[in-house]
Amino acid sequence: MAENVEKKQVMLPFTGPRSRLWLGIYKSRWPYLFISPFFLLYAVFGVYPVLFSIYLSFTEWKGLGPIKFVAFKNFALLMKDQLFWLSMKNGVILFFLYVPVMTFLAIVLAVILNSRRIRGFRFFRTILFIPYIMNIAAAGFTFRLLLNQKYGLVNVLFATFNIPAIPWLESIWGARISLSLLVVWAWLGYNMVIMLAGLQTIPSDLTEAAMIDGASPIQAFFYITIPLLRPVILFSVILSTMGSFNLFGEIYNLYNGTAGPMNATLTPIVGIFQQAFANLRLGYASAMAYVYFMFIFILTILQFRYFGKTED
Amino acid sequence: MFIRRISYWSTSALMYALLIGVSAFMLLPFIWMVSTSLKPADEIFTIPPIIISRHSSLTAYTYLQENYDILRITANTFIIALSATVLRLFFCALGGYGFAKFNFPGKGTLFAFLLGTMIIPYAVTMVPMFVIAREFKWIDTFLPLIIPGAASAFGIFFMRQYISSVSDEIMDAARIDGASEFAIFWRIILPIIAPGLTSLGLIFFMASWNDFMGPLIYLKSMEHFTLPLVIRSLTGPVGRTAFDVQMAASVISLIPLLIIFLIFQRRFLEGITAGAVKG
Repeated sequence: MAENVEKKQVMLPFTGPRSRLWLGIYKSRWPYLFISPFFLLYAVFGVYPVLFSIYLSFTEWKGLGPIKFVAFKNFALLMKDQLFWLSMKNGVILFFLYVPVMTFLAIVLAVILNSRRIRGFRFFRTILFIPYIMNIAAAGFTFRLLLNQKYGLVNVLFATFNIPAIPWLESIWGARISLSLLVVWAWLGYNMVIMLAGLQTIPSDLTEAAMIDGASPIQAFFYITIPLLRPVILFSVILSTMGSFNLFGEIYNLYNGTAGPMNATLTPIVGIFQQAFANLRLGYASAMAYVYFMFIFILTILQFRYFGKTED
Repeated sequence: MFIRRISYWSTSALMYALLIGVSAFMLLPFIWMVSTSLKPADEIFTIPPIIISRHSSLTAYTYLQENYDILRITANTFIIALSATVLRLFFCALGGYGFAKFNFPGKGTLFAFLLGTMIIPYAVTMVPMFVIAREFKWIDTFLPLIIPGAASAFGIFFMRQYISSVSDEIMDAARIDGASEFAIFWRIILPIIAPGLTSLGLIFFMASWNDFMGPLIYLKSMEHFTLPLVIRSLTGPVGRTAFDVQMAASVISLIPLLIIFLIFQRRFLEGITAGAVKG
């Protein structure tokens, strides 16, 4: 086969340094062919949309008819758009409501499951992970049923302890907490599985040696396990950060197509979706998407800077 | 010694208490979902709540079949998920192989570009994608849920890592025997990387099966809906939702994935963790 390729190339009139490049490309036609599906598809469904939405962000368009160029009008409107800033604020609030709790709980559960004194490792891992595979429509409506103010199982159980009915889905903070509960329910197992995989890369004699030297299990956890897990924690926190601004199906189903009471759980992605597909303001939605993208991008870089710095 | 033993047992007890408590929180929605789907409508909101009704029946399930053709909806979901998964896996294996085992001009730049595409959020491409789908006459078809997703940067990255560990000697031996480059990929590489493909395929299948936003944007008529969309559309006006029917649809949407997950649990978790621990 290799010889065949050589013979074919001799027949082609390639000479000089420029032709050498073409020769290199011709020789590599197989790998180019192998990677081409991605790049061809991405040109149409990635590059073109990215450029087209930059253009759209400077226009007004209802999706049909002429596209009207308006320069920076969308961005100027966006700066004064209270709903947009509320959605950004909600992303931050949701982040603080569930990311620290979920991450910490995921680490603790992973450490517990990883310790030798616990039986039923597989059993507990399966149960904790299973919510992750349930689709968000089913999960959202099940939570809606459980958290119903008057008849929901949660408030009925609370009533037996004489706790007054909590307006889970009807009040601003109730809505945010309900949403956080749903997200933690769905994603805790996923994060725990990641932490477990991280823990398995840490040699267990490290913590054991520390405990023999007199460290308590809690000290070993905070001073040895957590620092060694840092790359995995960083990965999980970055994913959760993007996630908290990107909640869509959770809200759409838990609040039945709305953004929660008084827009308490309006996230940027829900806002963009509403502007694009309910209000048909495609230009404005594109401007929102870009401001949101820049924000997330900077946030991710800051997180890398802050948590990702190495010891040395 | 005695105190140490007490503290050992109390720590263990605390660990089990936390595990069991969190497990109960995880299981409660499933139990309530199944329970509600089997109850007659007038027993859904009772105080005290009924977990297993004496009047349990499959009425909600037969209602779903008669009024929503839920088998067809399940078939839709399955067809979309399977074709999206197979197509995406093929391109990921092919692309991963190209990047793992060959050197060619521009390789570094192309790979950096591929990784860079992963930072673009879906929100940015969502609107133009809809416009493209409309131009292609793809609205209310399965195609926008299958074709664009076939380009997966994450999947190619994943397969590249996996294929890097395959030895070059096998490929070279096949080349000397005169096998074509595609035959080497198809007959030698693919069988070797089958476990990695299974892990990745399970992730793709689940993502497509559970996708909510895509079908919400592109599918318009009920006969083309997927399971998550039907669950959503079963919501009535305030106070009028037939929760038993909605929960029955939820149970139907969960069972196939649950079976697949329980069978392939190990591969599935390998796929989930591979990206996190290496990166």
